[in-house]
Amino acid sequence: MVELKLSNKEAYYQQTLENIPSKTPFSEFWRKFKKQKLAFVAFFFVIALILLAFIGPFITPYDITEPDYENVLSGPSAEHWAGTDAYGRDIFSRVLAGTQISLYVGLTSVLLGAIGGTFLGIVAGYYGKRIDSIIMRICDVLLAFPGILLAIGIIAILGPGLGNVIIAVAIFSVPMFARIVRSSTLAVKSTLYIEATKSIGTRPKRIIWKHIFPGTVSSIIVYFTMRIGSAILTAASLSFLGLGAQPPSPEWGAMLSGGRDYLNMAPHVTIFPGLAIFVTVLAFNLLGDGLRDALDPKIKE
Amino acid sequence: MLRFLGKRLLQIIPILILVSIFIFLFVHMIPGDPARLVAGEDATIEDVELVRKELGLDKPITEQYITYMKNLFQGDFGKSLKTNRDVSYEIGERFMPTFWLTVWSMSWAVVAGLIIGVISATKRNKWQDYLGMFGAVSGLSLPSFWLGLMLIQLFAVTLGWLPSGGMDSWKSYILPAFTLGTGVAAVVARFTRSSLMDVLKEDYIRTGRSKGLNERRITWGHGLRNAMIPVVTMTGLQFGFLLGGSVVIESVFSWPGLGKLLIDSVAYRDYPVIQAEMLIFALEFILINLVVDLLYGILNPQIRYE
Repeated sequence: MVELKLSNKEAYYQQTLENIPSKTPFSEFWRKFKKQKLAFVAFFFVIALILLAFIGPFITPYDITEPDYENVLSGPSAEHWAGTDAYGRDIFSRVLAGTQISLYVGLTSVLLGAIGGTFLGIVAGYYGKRIDSIIMRICDVLLAFPGILLAIGIIAILGPGLGNVIIAVAIFSVPMFARIVRSSTLAVKSTLYIEATKSIGTRPKRIIWKHIFPGTVSSIIVYFTMRIGSAILTAASLSFLGLGAQPPSPEWGAMLSGGRDYLNMAPHVTIFPGLAIFVTVLAFNLLGDGLRDALDPKIKE
Repeated sequence: MLRFLGKRLLQIIPILILVSIFIFLFVHMIPGDPARLVAGEDATIEDVELVRKELGLDKPITEQYITYMKNLFQGDFGKSLKTNRDVSYEIGERFMPTFWLTVWSMSWAVVAGLIIGVISATKRNKWQDYLGMFGAVSGLSLPSFWLGLMLIQLFAVTLGWLPSGGMDSWKSYILPAFTLGTGVAAVVARFTRSSLMDVLKEDYIRTGRSKGLNERRITWGHGLRNAMIPVVTMTGLQFGFLLGGSVVIESVFSWPGLGKLLIDSVAYRDYPVIQAEMLIFALEFILINLVVDLLYGILNPQIRYE
């Protein structure tokens, strides 16, 4: 009763509406997702970003590598919307071209991490016992190197470069996916229908693919989206530290690192690539939050 | 409580051993010959062999590990390839600056995060909530190195109020600690909000209200106290995030700490230093998690008997 008294009429009607079952799981998801206005906007922004990643390098108003010594470090103007860098290159063009790199690094590294982590998580959760404790101890060891440190350690072994950044960020995502997938595998495994499937003699491989894996997909999707933002941030940080993409690459973190020396005279060289990172990561984070609320409210952070 | 403490201590021993093996193998995972790496690019074959003997790299790998562990317990991490001084000396010098930086960052981040989280939870779906949560998700999305550079530009270059780097006075702490703590404050705010909202739905809160307790007492006294349990665990994990973040922030603010040393060492391929730093960071993180676990046991007596 208190609930009713606290909420207004509108919320009450909405609650009643929520109880009407919809047709498919997808339409149910879509209905919940559409209600998250910010996430909905972020969803279209992410689609625009992905399109930009494909066409970005072809629509740049200026050449992104050709120096122009007449226009060194000039501020934002009608010709150069975001100004030019220390070599006179148009920053707006370079930021456009850089979208591809950041999205590519973010998506591939998290995808690799998700594949590895899902495999390990399902195996650990389904088979349990020895194999579970071995896999989980390995994850504990990897997680003992917090945040970007594991990635830096891996780069120290493999050497700097964008490809190695992808590997480093992927390895860093593996234990987290493994833990999440393991716990949802355990939840699915203990349900009655899995017991029923086992009792009719279905082979483990089939149980895993047909029943366990689909049961873990929603938490994988949510976590996948939530990880992309931080993967892009980590990759940009590594490039900023000189461990990732190297100049003259228009990678945003590397551009920022290059602009650092001219911060006094030309802050725009640093401002625009940073804004690009911020807006991109923000879009993925908002999308991840919305997906979480619509798909799997149990996952937090 | 003692049994709980003992159990937790026993649980971290295998992790510590595995971490030490992982770090020991670290140098062996680098493609190429570690002895040549230490001896330098243009060393003769004889020199390389000498270095191999000196480092014990010609012995079986299990024996090498045992020697490595023996040395570790004596505080011997080897010598830096760059400065030729003891690694323990290099690290000892830089431990405290990083320690204080993380402590100050954590302090403001937890206080700010809790306040924002509580306001958001109690003003649910009002403008304060939207502002707080949008601020939090922005805080999570900000590249910390960019935020740091922008703050330097504003407060050090344009206004001249604060130093742009180094560690000279208490003023030097303000910008780096603020930058480093932003992400943590954001996570704490989000987590406090959701945890407190869950607690405020509980029966005992309703009982409190029906008894006529004022809202402030309910939120801070009964609500937050119970909401704190998961928040404490989350905050402990965030310490790891801070340790990692310090590497980036120290480079931005030329902070004379472990993070800057790590980046310099990676650039120089100073493997003994990198190895020791990874160990220190992992140890610190494992110990903090242990402390958080114990705190959790104090806050929530249930957990002790599981």
